[in-house]
Amino acid sequence: MANLETQVLIIGGGATGTGIARDLALRGIKCILAEKDDINAGASGANHGLLHSGSRYVASDAEAAIECREEGEILKRLAPHCIDNTGGIFAAVSGDDEKYISDFPSMCQKCGISAKPIDIKEAKELEPVLSEKTIAAYLTEDASIDPFMLSLENMAQAVSLGSSYMRHAKAIEFKIENGKIKYTKLINSKTGEETKVFAEQIVNAAGAWAGEMAELASVTIPMVYSKGSLVITQKRLTKRVINRLRKASDADILVPGGAVSIFGTTSIRINTLDAIYPTVEEVDFMISEGAKMVPILETTRYIRAYAGVRPLISLGAKKGDDRSVSRGFVLLDHTENGVDNFITITGGKLTTYRLMAEKTADLVCRHLGISATCKTREEPLPSTTHGKWTEPAMTPKMWMQKQKTDDILLCECEMISKSAVDSLIESAKQSGDPALKVLGLRSRIGKGPCQGAFCSLRIAAYMYDKGELNLDSGISDIKFFLNERWRGERPLQWGTPIIQSEIAEAIHCGFLSIEL
Amino acid sequence: MSRIELKCDLLVIGSGIAGMAASLFAANRGIKTIQIGKTNTLSFTSGLMDVLAVHPIEEKRLWKNPWDAIDTLKKDISGHPYSKVSKDTIEKAFKELVAFLKSADVPYANYQNKNVNIITPIGTLKPTFFVPESMLNGVSALEEKKPCLIIDFYNLKGFSALQIKETLKDKWQNLRTAQIKFLDSSKEQFAEQMAYDLEKPKNLDKLAKEISPHIKDAEILGIPAILGVKRHSSVLSKLQELLGVKVFEIPTIIPSVPGIRLKKAFEDKLQDIGVQSFYSQEVIQVFHKDDFVFDVTGAASMFKIRTKGVILSTGRFFGGGLSADREKITETIFNLEIYGPFLRKVWHELDFFAPRGHNINNCGIETDEYFHPIDKSGKVIFNNLYAVGSILAHNDWTRMKCGTGVSVATAYSAVNAFLNQKG
Repeated sequence: MANLETQVLIIGGGATGTGIARDLALRGIKCILAEKDDINAGASGANHGLLHSGSRYVASDAEAAIECREEGEILKRLAPHCIDNTGGIFAAVSGDDEKYISDFPSMCQKCGISAKPIDIKEAKELEPVLSEKTIAAYLTEDASIDPFMLSLENMAQAVSLGSSYMRHAKAIEFKIENGKIKYTKLINSKTGEETKVFAEQIVNAAGAWAGEMAELASVTIPMVYSKGSLVITQKRLTKRVINRLRKASDADILVPGGAVSIFGTTSIRINTLDAIYPTVEEVDFMISEGAKMVPILETTRYIRAYAGVRPLISLGAKKGDDRSVSRGFVLLDHTENGVDNFITITGGKLTTYRLMAEKTADLVCRHLGISATCKTREEPLPSTTHGKWTEPAMTPKMWMQKQKTDDILLCECEMISKSAVDSLIESAKQSGDPALKVLGLRSRIGKGPCQGAFCSLRIAAYMYDKGELNLDSGISDIKFFLNERWRGERPLQWGTPIIQSEIAEAIHCGFLSIEL
Repeated sequence: MSRIELKCDLLVIGSGIAGMAASLFAANRGIKTIQIGKTNTLSFTSGLMDVLAVHPIEEKRLWKNPWDAIDTLKKDISGHPYSKVSKDTIEKAFKELVAFLKSADVPYANYQNKNVNIITPIGTLKPTFFVPESMLNGVSALEEKKPCLIIDFYNLKGFSALQIKETLKDKWQNLRTAQIKFLDSSKEQFAEQMAYDLEKPKNLDKLAKEISPHIKDAEILGIPAILGVKRHSSVLSKLQELLGVKVFEIPTIIPSVPGIRLKKAFEDKLQDIGVQSFYSQEVIQVFHKDDFVFDVTGAASMFKIRTKGVILSTGRFFGGGLSADREKITETIFNLEIYGPFLRKVWHELDFFAPRGHNINNCGIETDEYFHPIDKSGKVIFNNLYAVGSILAHNDWTRMKCGTGVSVATAYSAVNAFLNQKG
């Protein structure tokens, strides 16, 4: 068993965990980030990719609304490559709560949030897909953000400053001695290999899994889980973020993301964290509800659905309301529970991830007795090769620029060439063996209309040629990758997608007999 | 608007393997036949012809002898299309089909009347029955584990000889691999274009020279299926002569050349035996009064077809025979009764590769013993309409490995039923 030493061990590779890694690294503190799956495998990768202006929370939680406004402004300034500053429209349709509509401008104003009224005609000119039944509209400062690029870049900078990232590394034991975690035992879920990490401080940033992690240190965090599902359209439907102008509810946000749009969400209480996937019922509900605001949602083609889990914590809640509690974040110093070097950060939103990281790093520094101050309010987030392949138009752009006929496309839907795959493999190898899912997470592989049916085979063959796969590992790799994609395709099987999945089944089962 | 009206005895709708087989059987019986087809699904097939290899699919039980498997299947799944045909019918249907393909220089064969394992481009083994003759050498070489060289081509994507070797490591130790640069290898290679290129003797010579030094102790060579399209047999035998070893083809990911060979053979030779074919055409309207009258449209034409009988071989969703919206599944031409629309939430399993298959794979058209579609009460809908091939219910062909067999056998039965009824 390998032994590692570090100042800080961070558990969880979502936006918060990678944000903490960067924040600490910029303060000169080295850390190891251990993630049981891969970057943004949890809720950080399963959300709208919405950089909130704060307008959505003006009624329910003014404090959170203000945080969103401030953090949104910081990120637009310091991480512009991760953001598409689209602006937003809040639109109400006939039947929506008129009191909420009339109170909206003053509530925004109180939080210092810009909300400019526009007439219905202008709103329809700006976003023609808005319903004929639109009765009120405001322009807001919402934007779209690429959470994968964000987390990959945060981690990349931390790594460049001497920290390290371990993927497929699940924490399975805390060895506690004299009220402190002496070491943390990690297991590699792919190889079964175990590692002991001796860290001065341990940060639990495991998101929905934070409760499970705390339990390992015999600390109980009363958590409940809320599943939210979303759908991705094949085409981008709007220029701006569209938000239903009503009390925050289900199926009322449509966010553009490059060439597509993302629509959601639901909120369904679940008891366990197994089997988190979007269902047919959720998709049907969202479509019929969303069509009231944007009627084309009823007929447009969808590419995939996905689901994430919001961790809800009742600690420190001002009131009993789940929704307001879920929006804020919770920072717990487990010194109170008799474990001196253990901190949990959970809850919160993608928009406020930087602030969550800052507060957590402040607490870590206090524990370590280090007085370094936070730099992420001023330092721009560098753009690197690790994050660039997540951007929808990046691979075609690079490919067109090069004009090398030898650099053939392995993924035709998203135009990902051999050289792009080479670069992804190199990036993935920094934290373990490359596998299709690992490459997929760092790029657009498998995200086009074929949903991996063809590119999985081509990229696997290429990886064998490069010596990156051996024995029959390619078979399980292809199956695993396609089944991951399938979970998101399954609720959308009508029209063209059902034809696509029939072709995929004919190739992979009928011909390749991969199911046998 | 005056439109051309064509007349025939039998209209075959569909140009997949079922439609092609039905047109062939009808023409062979002197029936005046028109065939229309929307998509060319044949170029999307692997070129392998299954009879039946897996049953029950939940148990992934593999059968060496497809005929024994059919006996068991008939007892277990009474609705399966095979339950309406005899083994004799299946054999006769294939005999007629294989003879036709041989005359078109696309020779097919089986191996000891048993299912065989064909190596796929990812190194898995695909159980099937009739295979292109060019693949047969590979079957015995694998069984005997002969010293073998498998080659792939630089920039022919989705085919890695190394992947096949690695994946088959515990089944075939005597495999070596080599990567060959094909003609102008600096750009992407496409199997179909390579196949046409190799029909030119000088290109084949050049390829043989590239491969030769790698042969060494190998007794047999495995090569992606690119050995010619229309002149396939001569390309194969010439390459074997040039290299001095036996050669077998390995099917590629679609579009695969063996599928294209089938498509070309049917498209060229069905005309010769009197089938009037219209590809890339779509039915837009049907009228029925004893005869059927179809309005048909294509890229540049619109015409009517008057026919005494119809064979519906339109396939499933990819072929266009079925379509799905959020609530239901519809048969697209006659709006026929579909077995098992079920609720959408139970159409598909969570595991894409679930051994038991997806419920939706069993949906389709139910028929009487002559393949007349029936309604919910079991009543024949039109006595001059027949449904054949993958549109039939209770037939999870991708998992059972019975797609071609069901298509060919049901086409054969339906054509004979039409003939008997007409006579």
